[in-house]
Amino acid sequence: MGNRSETSPATAALTLRNVTKRFDGASGQVTALEDITLDVREGEFLAIVGPSGCGKSTLLSLLAGLEQTNEGTINLGDQPVEAPGRDRLVMFQQDALFPWLNVLENVLFGLRLKPDLTEAERLESARYYLNLVGLGNKEKARPHELSGGMRQRVALARSLAPNPRVLLMDEPFSALDALTREQLYGDIQEIFTKRKKTIVLVTHNIREAVCLGDRVVLFSPNPGRVQQVFDVDLPRPRRLNDPSLANLAAEVTAALTSHPAK
Amino acid sequence: MASKLPRPVIPTLVAILLLGGWEWYVRSGRVSEVLFPAPSHVLQWFWDSLLSGELLAATWVTMRRLIIGFAIGAALGVPLGALCARVRWVRDTLGVLALGLQTLPSVCWVPLALLWFGIREEAVLFVVVMGTLWAVVLAVQESVLNVPPLYLRAAQTMGSNGWHLWSRVIFPAALPGVLSGMKQGWAFAWRSLMAAEIFVVIVTGFGLGSLLNAGRELLRMDQVMGVMAVVMIVGLLADLIFFSPIETWLRRSRGLER
Repeated sequence: MGNRSETSPATAALTLRNVTKRFDGASGQVTALEDITLDVREGEFLAIVGPSGCGKSTLLSLLAGLEQTNEGTINLGDQPVEAPGRDRLVMFQQDALFPWLNVLENVLFGLRLKPDLTEAERLESARYYLNLVGLGNKEKARPHELSGGMRQRVALARSLAPNPRVLLMDEPFSALDALTREQLYGDIQEIFTKRKKTIVLVTHNIREAVCLGDRVVLFSPNPGRVQQVFDVDLPRPRRLNDPSLANLAAEVTAALTSHPAK
Repeated sequence: MASKLPRPVIPTLVAILLLGGWEWYVRSGRVSEVLFPAPSHVLQWFWDSLLSGELLAATWVTMRRLIIGFAIGAALGVPLGALCARVRWVRDTLGVLALGLQTLPSVCWVPLALLWFGIREEAVLFVVVMGTLWAVVLAVQESVLNVPPLYLRAAQTMGSNGWHLWSRVIFPAALPGVLSGMKQGWAFAWRSLMAAEIFVVIVTGFGLGSLLNAGRELLRMDQVMGVMAVVMIVGLLADLIFFSPIETWLRRSRGLER
């Protein structure tokens, strides 16, 4: 695996080299991702954006270790990614909170799988992250008693609490209304600045990607490939309606639509 | 007018009217009291057999058989159903077999049970177990297969797998379906037990079914009707006291129902 020459491991949290993923579809093999080479830097907020069918969710599953690559390698630091692990936690599309547990127990779920913590430390950590997402007073509530936005906040706390090295976000805001979404963009940026996490966000919403990402990677579909990478040099916290943000989003949209549809 | 009355008024009136009409009709001598006893006779039988202890003894025998048989059926059915869901070839074999056997009315097991176990307690239990087992196997298999994959993915990324995944995620997620499967299993067990008790007099215990059949042989229609009423009430109570509260709690705590 002498293929890490492109960036030194000290600055890259995740390194993807020539990653290809194929699925067996009804009409033969489908290539979801082809030859993806990408680095996610330590402490970076990377947004991956693209039309549906560009394999961005597949990429996230690969990073999470829920699926395996057909070709190429994915490394976290200098360890190959082969299976799910607590160093890469996922915040999913709809809330994947467990309805049989209350808010606190949901956040504790991942923490209880860390054997090196005492129960008191777990509780302290769970409460810390619930307070961080502004739900410190809801720990006894059941998921169904919360609004969609609150549920995604709990999901965020649940994936942050075990202190993963990388946080993977799979369109976590897509089911929320515009108002709640904007509120969460603010919260996430605040937490990101405060905790300096490495975050990979997958979304089909270009504004969202530009608002949150340090870099925006545009994927093109059929098969999924990296089309272009944009640097977002805007100060945080960013507002969704900021004109310079809108300009950059328009630039990304232009690049997206310039791609010949197949 | 009618909408102003409290809701239980009309059902109560209808019941009084029906029972009263029945009582009057039998007493007027238009039917044989032997074949068609009046409600007061049935009630008299109920009171007498309650005092003599006969009814409670029979109910106890039946309930004991039902509970033990159901417990065995459920205890076997849950792991087997989980295995069906987990392992493809078990689903293709045992799962399909369960589907077939579930359509078989469990009273059909009675002749076989008598040949295998003799006229003994084991024969009744076997029939009850057969009534319960397949419904539970199928319900568990179905509910485990229907656990949202998102829960599994979320749990796996947090480091859950193996037994932890089963006990903390798959089983809790499948619980509502498992419970309704158990309820169905209970109903099947109840029916099959009655059939078995009426069909054969099991020397090791005199249950409600036997009491019902004895009523026929003695031409005591008050006993026949009385036992029928008791069987109905026991079935209702099991649901009211045991299954419904668990189900309601489960649904409420997950927001499936207010």
